[in-house]
Amino acid sequence: MSVLREHLVVVPVVLPLATGALMLLFEERRHALKGAISVVSTLLLIAAAAALVRVVDAPATAVYRIGDWPAPFAIVLVADRLSALLVLLASVLGFAALLFSLARWHRAAPRFHALVQILLMGVNGAFLTGDLFNLFVFFEVLLAASYGLALHGAGAARVRTSLHYITVNLTASLIFLIGVSLLYGVTGTLNMADLGARINAVPEADRGLVQAGAAVLGIAFLVKAAMWPLGFWLPGVYSAASAPAAALFAILTKVGVYAVLRVWLLLFGGDEPAPAFGGWLLYGGCLTLLFGSVGMLASQDLQRIAAYSLVVSAGTLLAAVGVADAAVTAAALYYLVASTLGVGAFFLLGELIERARNPAADMLALTAEAFGIEEEAQPEEEVGVAIPATIALLGFVFACSALVIAGLPPLPGFIAKFALFAGLLAATPVPDSAWLLIALITLSGIAAVVALGRAGVRAFWMAPEGAVPRVRLIEFSAVGLLVLVCLTLTVAAGPVMRYVRDAAAALHDPRGYAREVLSVTP
Amino acid sequence: MNELIVALAIGMLTGCGTWLLLRPRTFQVVIGLSLLSYAVNLFIFVMGRLRSGAAPIVPAGPGADPAAYADPLPQALVLTAIVISFAMTALLLVVLLAARGLTGTDHVDGREPGE
Repeated sequence: MSVLREHLVVVPVVLPLATGALMLLFEERRHALKGAISVVSTLLLIAAAAALVRVVDAPATAVYRIGDWPAPFAIVLVADRLSALLVLLASVLGFAALLFSLARWHRAAPRFHALVQILLMGVNGAFLTGDLFNLFVFFEVLLAASYGLALHGAGAARVRTSLHYITVNLTASLIFLIGVSLLYGVTGTLNMADLGARINAVPEADRGLVQAGAAVLGIAFLVKAAMWPLGFWLPGVYSAASAPAAALFAILTKVGVYAVLRVWLLLFGGDEPAPAFGGWLLYGGCLTLLFGSVGMLASQDLQRIAAYSLVVSAGTLLAAVGVADAAVTAAALYYLVASTLGVGAFFLLGELIERARNPAADMLALTAEAFGIEEEAQPEEEVGVAIPATIALLGFVFACSALVIAGLPPLPGFIAKFALFAGLLAATPVPDSAWLLIALITLSGIAAVVALGRAGVRAFWMAPEGAVPRVRLIEFSAVGLLVLVCLTLTVAAGPVMRYVRDAAAALHDPRGYAREVLSVTP
Repeated sequence: MNELIVALAIGMLTGCGTWLLLRPRTFQVVIGLSLLSYAVNLFIFVMGRLRSGAAPIVPAGPGADPAAYADPLPQALVLTAIVISFAMTALLLVVLLAARGLTGTDHVDGREPGE
């Protein structure tokens, strides 16, 4: 047991890697076996992540030295509260997507399970690593897997959007490399904690280079986080991807947000006042919010609405991170968890609902709405027709995830936004930018209510256009699991809030982080 | 002088790569990405400072002066970057061929402009 405890930090990286490799040994047709291995492995991953959350909340930041080299010289994995929480979130989301895919999607194309496991490995590694170049490698691992998953199920639309996705992300990766090597060239280190400690000692003449390096790095992260002018690739790719893949992708933009949060606060969160980067994040986030809200209102297709709601949540997070205040960051972390689960559930749900409808009906409905053509009045003989149980259940879950996305009480989206507003209004005097952000977040909530309400009415309350969708129990349980976790987040809002507050406080104390990472002795 | 030549080479590669990346044909995009990745690889290498005639590996035992040696880390990093961008380019080529087969055109948007 003690061996496992000692190596707990590396388990979320090694376990999916081993499982993914194992998958390659089995014949492609043995779906049941592969699915079983994948489910067991992901359950173990959730257990490991939960154990990690308990360990780091002790409170003890867990530092794992790969190869047992001392910290600034080799790669370390660092699990603090934020990393552990995000690893847990990724595993839960991965499990739900996997469960959903067992009904039929995992048979749609080869290597689905291996790709999911490698994606989880990359995401967990990116959350855990304490080294900038290693972060790049894990980014590439998760991106490589996500290219495969974006293409999963083939079809012209998926191939076309994947081509854009791969090109944009390859370019972003090259930009990432330029930023990393600039920072290395000036400071001579790649360890994030060491970078934060050395950056104050950089001579005045090289200050500009450091800031340029950080800004270039920031661009790469923001492409991944889909900030406004850099995020046009997202809605097309995510709405074309198969449902389980899209649900998994809900965590990918959060990896970008995480990288911004961690690297920016470590590098410039010390006593030196941060350069204008915070303002860029704040206003860029606001623009992203606006773009996402308009996109949500303009979309008809459920997957597209979900994709734009992901843009909205990325914008909210980036703007909140840009405020650079511990209370606001804490609320943003809570929002991150809630919105990822909500959007993930919505992606899965969207596919279930759309399954029964034919795509042409959407177009007709839109035209009819635009030109004010009323449908002919139905003879009133349908009074008392029982709603099919599937539709009723789907409707309930749809309402739950819509409440999370729009941020209405009583689900965690509301608690997150409430905490966010409380944090923004705590400053005296309240700056204008805070009012702007509050107004935009409220506006985006209204837009979400309108868009989701319209989609919900069309999906559940109109006369059925096709048959009742055939939903397998396992698909429903995947969506139900995500909604259940959201409900738990509401009930356990107190402890979770306390946890994210501690996480945010630690984030805003880069000195403490550097001390813990660098002081570990063999 | 060396610095100037290397800087010009990186700038040239980046410029050509960016121009090709913005072209509408998928193959041009792939070549553009390759050129960009060469530029970035050179850039990483140069960030370890240009030294001629300096070995990157310090002999075992005490007393070696690190200033007399080239920085080995960017050389290791560039190796990783080369492998990754190489693999990704190969993947992109496969997707390019699939897109060509499925859409019948090599335009990046999957249809000819004006169609």
